[in-house]
Amino acid sequence: MNFNATLIGQIISFAVFVWFTMKFVWPLLLKQMQDRETKIADGLAAADKGQQALVDAERRRAELVDEGKHHAADIVNQAQKRGDEILEESKSNAKSEAARLIHAAKAEIDRERSQARENLKREVAILALAGAEQILMREVDKNAHNAILAKVSSEL
Amino acid sequence: MATAETNAHETELTPNTYMQHHLQNLVLGKLPAGYERADGEVLEHETWTLAHSPAESKAMGFWSYNIDTLGWSIFLGMLFCFFFHRVARKSVDGAPSGFHNLIEMCLEFVNKNVKDAFSGTSNVIGPLALTVFIWIVLMNTMDLFPVDVLPLVMQKVSGNPHMYFKVVPTTDPNITFGLSISVFLLIIFYSIKMKGIGGFIGELTLHPFHSKNPLLQAVLIPCNLALEGISLMAKPVSLALRLFGNMYAGELLFLLIAMLGYWQLPFHFIWAVFHILVILLQAFVFMMLTIIYLSMAHEHH
Repeated sequence: MNFNATLIGQIISFAVFVWFTMKFVWPLLLKQMQDRETKIADGLAAADKGQQALVDAERRRAELVDEGKHHAADIVNQAQKRGDEILEESKSNAKSEAARLIHAAKAEIDRERSQARENLKREVAILALAGAEQILMREVDKNAHNAILAKVSSEL
Repeated sequence: MATAETNAHETELTPNTYMQHHLQNLVLGKLPAGYERADGEVLEHETWTLAHSPAESKAMGFWSYNIDTLGWSIFLGMLFCFFFHRVARKSVDGAPSGFHNLIEMCLEFVNKNVKDAFSGTSNVIGPLALTVFIWIVLMNTMDLFPVDVLPLVMQKVSGNPHMYFKVVPTTDPNITFGLSISVFLLIIFYSIKMKGIGGFIGELTLHPFHSKNPLLQAVLIPCNLALEGISLMAKPVSLALRLFGNMYAGELLFLLIAMLGYWQLPFHFIWAVFHILVILLQAFVFMMLTIIYLSMAHEHH
């Protein structure tokens, strides 16, 4: 074992390397790792939160869907009811309208009939007058009278 | 002595010279004037040069450098700093890539061990433990390069076929003691910082034997000092020798296997696989003990 100044050289280089590590390696690396650690922890926490939010959203969605279904069923029921109502209403409307129309038509028919009768009466009178004129203008001719009378009565 | 070394270089390669050559560091140092070198050249002036034999490196005295192990050690330390800094500087949005993950895994591993074993708060202990762990792993991993490859490359590059080149820094006690002495200095620094000089001395002298009688206490103090002093000194020594011993033994085994001829291949593989465990385990043990020693230094009794 030869001891020489290598010993001192080694001590000095050891001191320098330890100083270098202390200054430029250890704190930087440690900080880097700690930063990453917190980042990963944050990321995991965020992921947990996201997971929770997802579960919440899922539940909320189910609730909304349920609600929507109920709502839709309500609306359908209402519509059905309303439709029935409208149907009933229009049926009764149509019935009353038909009754009214029939009534009106009957009235019209009655009116026209009475009018026709009036007209007929007037024409009969005119015909009677005309018949009388003819009779008066000719000599009395029984046969002719009869014929005219028969003609008048057939025209009534 | 010098001629004997010269002969050793020129004679046929024997297992002994092979091993010795591999266990010799590439030493840069100053040879005194008038020194006769291994090749018979006599130096006129004192010269900075590379040692060509163990005797030369010994003659260079303390102020010489094992530039192979120290160079690898610094290179690997810079590699560690470079890669870790590059990853640390680059902030990543989202998932990090593979290499980034590897670096963060190392950091997390070290940080967890620091948190488990270190009771106080300190912004030195984490970086210290990380540096110790990764640097020692890298230095030990040099053991997995086939023992002759890098020296051979270096010998070809330098043009000197006898060039010494040790590539595993932790098989050099200078390197392991350099680490453990640094840790030891930190232990003393933190002991004094946390407990004061009086507290530190008290810890060394008033435990484990304690008496209310002042006279008896005066007798017990040297015993305590001896016990506590030895246990304090044992820390850096055991720290350095454990790492050095494990890696040196591993290197020796690789060298022995390398002399088996063609049979070395399966054995190299088996030993390398086993050695991966040693590499990581020794780095881990060194790091853990560093943390524990510093934790003890921070604690009050």
